[in-house]
Amino acid sequence: MPQTIVILGCGRVGSTLAKQMSGEGHDVTVIDITSDSFRRLGNKFKGHRLVGSGLDQDLLKRAGLERASAFIAVTQGDNSNIMAAQIAREVFHVERVVARIYDPIRAQAYRELGITTLCTTTLAAGLIHDAALGEGQGDALLQASQTWDKVYLEQRC
Amino acid sequence: MYVIVVGGGKIGYYLTKQLLTEGHEVLLLEKDRRRQSAMAEQLGDVVMQGDGCEVRIMSEAGFGRADVIVAVTGDDEDNLVICQMAKKNFQAPRTVARVNDPANMVLFDKLGIDTTVSSTQIIFNLLEQQIEPGEIIPLGALKNGNIEVVAINVSERSPVLGQTIQDLRLPGNALIISVVRSDNAMIPQKDTRFENGDSVIAMVVAEEEPQLRHIFAEVHS
Repeated sequence: MPQTIVILGCGRVGSTLAKQMSGEGHDVTVIDITSDSFRRLGNKFKGHRLVGSGLDQDLLKRAGLERASAFIAVTQGDNSNIMAAQIAREVFHVERVVARIYDPIRAQAYRELGITTLCTTTLAAGLIHDAALGEGQGDALLQASQTWDKVYLEQRC
Repeated sequence: MYVIVVGGGKIGYYLTKQLLTEGHEVLLLEKDRRRQSAMAEQLGDVVMQGDGCEVRIMSEAGFGRADVIVAVTGDDEDNLVICQMAKKNFQAPRTVARVNDPANMVLFDKLGIDTTVSSTQIIFNLLEQQIEPGEIIPLGALKNGNIEVVAINVSERSPVLGQTIQDLRLPGNALIISVVRSDNAMIPQKDTRFENGDSVIAMVVAEEEPQLRHIFAEVHS
């Protein structure tokens, strides 16, 4: 079933997710502080683009957060992601809120406070560790990585 | 008191200076190295360089024994995280955050920040006070409740002019706590009569504020 998804931050991660999810038929809105970032979405992207601050509650409302089933915060700033995620949860009661956090300590603290935080720093370290030592799920993860690389490359044009 | 101020902008600088004058132990934390050394030249070794959102720096700065943490950087999101991390990882007894966007005051309160200050809101309230006599001016809210403390200016167009407090049909959850007349705050009696220029200070449950507003609403011809 198509879901309403709001993505904050149109960098490499945000744009890749936006294109993929939109391609899967979901109703996607991407927010970024600079309109220039939307070039990453290419011209096949069918979702909505919104320029502004993801910490502005009026803008988040316009982005459709009230009826969104998921909110994804992937800007460059840990604190912006943390704050936006908390607004999504506390003000708009979004069911699934995911935030990318570079600082592992902050990622853990806010995970304990109920936000799904992904610390890509430690996550990458762990994956590289397993791949280098041939341990854990090294192969499966490499495959997943290739799949998403393809998503990124295919939709670039 | 041991006060940690995070953010070496103008507010952080003057706040630190004032706290030092009053004899408090203060530490000013500033992320930017150049700014930190400029501040240190004026304030001495109470200025430390470091990111106040990083737990390692927070430990070094002594967040664990601080009585108050004051986050006054220019970014609302940083101030929020500083205060939340101080509460969560260092059990800070009191946190104060500055916000630019007044809409964040309610949010910060909900997210556990003890005190939130918005200069935008303060200036707005002052302007409102000058522009619209007769309107209800919010002065503050009681913590953990929805009781507001408000001021209402009585003008020559006010319907309560010449009436006494007992004449008013106040909502059940409203209480007039003072009438300020020519800079004197009086404890009102039931026969206190309203005069032009009075400032009425009242406590009211948020839901009943419109009723209170209605009683004092000005008559426009």
